[in-house]
Amino acid sequence: MTGADLAVIALESNGVKTIFGYPGAANAPFIESISHSSIDYVLSRNEQGAAHMASGYARVKRCAGVCTATSGPGATNLITAIATAYMDSIPMIAITGQVNRKLIGKDAFQEVDIIGSTLPFTKHSYLVKDVNEILRIVNEAFHIATTGRPGPVLIDFPMDVLKDEYKGGGGDEINLRGYKLRGRANEAQIKKVAEALKIAKKPILLAGGGVCCSGAVKEIRELTKKTGIPVLSTMMGLGVIPTDDDAFYGMIGSHGAKRANIIFNRSDLVIAMGTRLGDRSVANIKGLEGADKLIHIDIDPAEIGKNMQPYIPVVGDIKDVTKQLIPMLEGWTAPGEWKAEADELRERFTSKFEAADSGFVSPKYFLRRLSEITKSEVYLTTEVGQNQLWCANNFTIKTPEGFLTSGGFGTMGYGLPAAIGASKAQSEKPVIAVMGDGSFQMDLPELGTMRQYHIPVKMVLFKNDRLGMVHEHQYLFYNSNYQMVDIEGGSPDFAKLVDAYGIKSMTISENSQVDDAIRAMLADKESYMLIINVSPYEPTGESLNEENIKYIKKEA
Amino acid sequence: MEKYTLSVLVENHAGVLSRVVGLFTRRGFNIHQLSVGPTVDENISRITIEVKGDVYMVEQVSKQLSKIMEVIKIKTLKDQEMVKRGLVLVKIKSHPKNRGEIIEIANVFRANVVDISPTTITAEVTGSDQKLDAFLKMVESYGIEEIARTGMTALERGANTLKLDK
Ligand SMILES: Cc1ncc(C[n+]2csc(CCOP(=O)(O)OP(=O)(O)O)c2C)c(N)n1
Ligand SMILES: [Mg+2]
Repeated sequence: MTGADLAVIALESNGVKTIFGYPGAANAPFIESISHSSIDYVLSRNEQGAAHMASGYARVKRCAGVCTATSGPGATNLITAIATAYMDSIPMIAITGQVNRKLIGKDAFQEVDIIGSTLPFTKHSYLVKDVNEILRIVNEAFHIATTGRPGPVLIDFPMDVLKDEYKGGGGDEINLRGYKLRGRANEAQIKKVAEALKIAKKPILLAGGGVCCSGAVKEIRELTKKTGIPVLSTMMGLGVIPTDDDAFYGMIGSHGAKRANIIFNRSDLVIAMGTRLGDRSVANIKGLEGADKLIHIDIDPAEIGKNMQPYIPVVGDIKDVTKQLIPMLEGWTAPGEWKAEADELRERFTSKFEAADSGFVSPKYFLRRLSEITKSEVYLTTEVGQNQLWCANNFTIKTPEGFLTSGGFGTMGYGLPAAIGASKAQSEKPVIAVMGDGSFQMDLPELGTMRQYHIPVKMVLFKNDRLGMVHEHQYLFYNSNYQMVDIEGGSPDFAKLVDAYGIKSMTISENSQVDDAIRAMLADKESYMLIINVSPYEPTGESLNEENIKYIKKEA
Repeated sequence: MEKYTLSVLVENHAGVLSRVVGLFTRRGFNIHQLSVGPTVDENISRITIEVKGDVYMVEQVSKQLSKIMEVIKIKTLKDQEMVKRGLVLVKIKSHPKNRGEIIEIANVFRANVVDISPTTITAEVTGSDQKLDAFLKMVESYGIEEIARTGMTALERGANTLKLDK
């Protein structure tokens, strides 16, 4: 048995069913061994695509996604996707080939220090120096990637280690004395949370992506149902409470819902759960620190006090904390006056549907109809830009796994491969990739992957002939000096483009065509693209800043 | 800004130091001084890091360092709780006429003269930062040719040790 065989056995024993990857000389022994195993592989068209696929797969299947690339350029092509996974705490194992041990450091052909290159955005990484380490390292990698605050782990295999004969030995036991996993959260701290809630006049719960990582959706829903506490979320926390639920008041942040930001500002107690209170989320938020307002609960102690100083910090797994908190709040409900105030704000600021100019579809209308027609029983991925925020604010999101987006890193090119990964992870629900015409072109070669493996991703392309989000930014902050944002001249005929891959499409330009188009797309058994003409002056949404919402349509 | 000293036990693996140092760069923390060496347990090294900053920063540094897999234990030490020492080797310009004078200064500081040439004297001093600074200040007027100075290393006073959790 070779080192590569052993690595594959270790992957199998960690439950791996599918690997996304791209070959080269350095990972060739590994790929050879996969062919003799129970593991299935998907060949992407770029290593970045493979890693985003693994990331999408991981979110849906709630396990570590695995991707592989060869040494040098193969490995560096993974980088953006590894960083994307790191920022959103997605469990992932990246397996790279490396040059032979003796050549390391010699600037050998296709040699790169991938461990050094990815150091700031991997949870951990390994250079395997000996076949006898393989079992232990692979087991440790899965343990690290999936426990605590999840994240990507990279394993770099020199080619000769993969080829070496394994004669038994080395052991498979995890040995990580420096890995500090949290035990049960401190009960006394949680009691303080309960006490604070009981005297609060305007409490809210802010859910972040950590709630999903922790698998605490059920517990949070029970908590909100029992107490009626109004819930807001970050982008990564969308779906923790269904976004059409009475208890949910919207996504906060610079591109969040206006009502949510106002409610957040008016509240007198914020229970932030599993969120790093990132700059885009709390950009418009005043007076969180200092006042006895912020309670921060997170499994990662380094998140507490990093961006904001809470007055009650709780380090712990959200699920455990919530389970302890629920009985302490027995009989308590959120003040009725506050709920009435929040309801009134929601009523006042929920944007009414506006018709689009002729020749264009309103993306907001489209997304509302898409949720209604599908009952949101889908996995929805987004790209980055206006398309992403239209989805976040207008598509009804029922579960956090149902909404896959690059929240922390904002990576264009994420959505299409992530949808392929989501589709490989399950076949019960359709996967819909909502894309901007700019982002789509970042990873469009993955259409080939989709075709080759008959992966039935439904694509929705918002064609505004612009890098819309930046276009809007230039309108707002650069006096409408539109530069480097017009892609019209070079955009392909998207219908012909997908046709070249054997993928069917339909193009629409009026709201009246929306329902039929959605039905046609869903009725098709294979991948399908809806090309939707959207005005380049369609605003992203409402923001807390009044100035920002006057994006005048048809300004040009 | 205050000075804080972090005593960090790490796995004695290749690449651990770059993880530790890389974290400072990436998070925008400044390392004031650093020293590394083995411990009684050959599998473990001790890194002593002196940082300048506020309480908030030191807390962040310590929490972020804890997340590195190979970091086993961290303790932030306050000045009065520890013995902290550094070493400086200094090559001082000298000629036969002022040699005696320089050696006298060295004696006051309990510095060792470790090398002499017709035009230089090399002295070795250990002690606190203040002591090293004071010595250098005293010999400055003769002309300093070269200095090699280590980062501070430190141990907690009293019977306490930085033990591993069992
Ligand atoms: C890889 C990458 N490069 C650049 C950006 C900056 N950026 C953010 S949104 C955006 C425009 C996206 O255009 P498109 O995909 O057409 O989406 P739209 O906003 O038009 O819906 C750009 C360039 C980014 N987020 N990611
Ligand atoms: Mg666009």
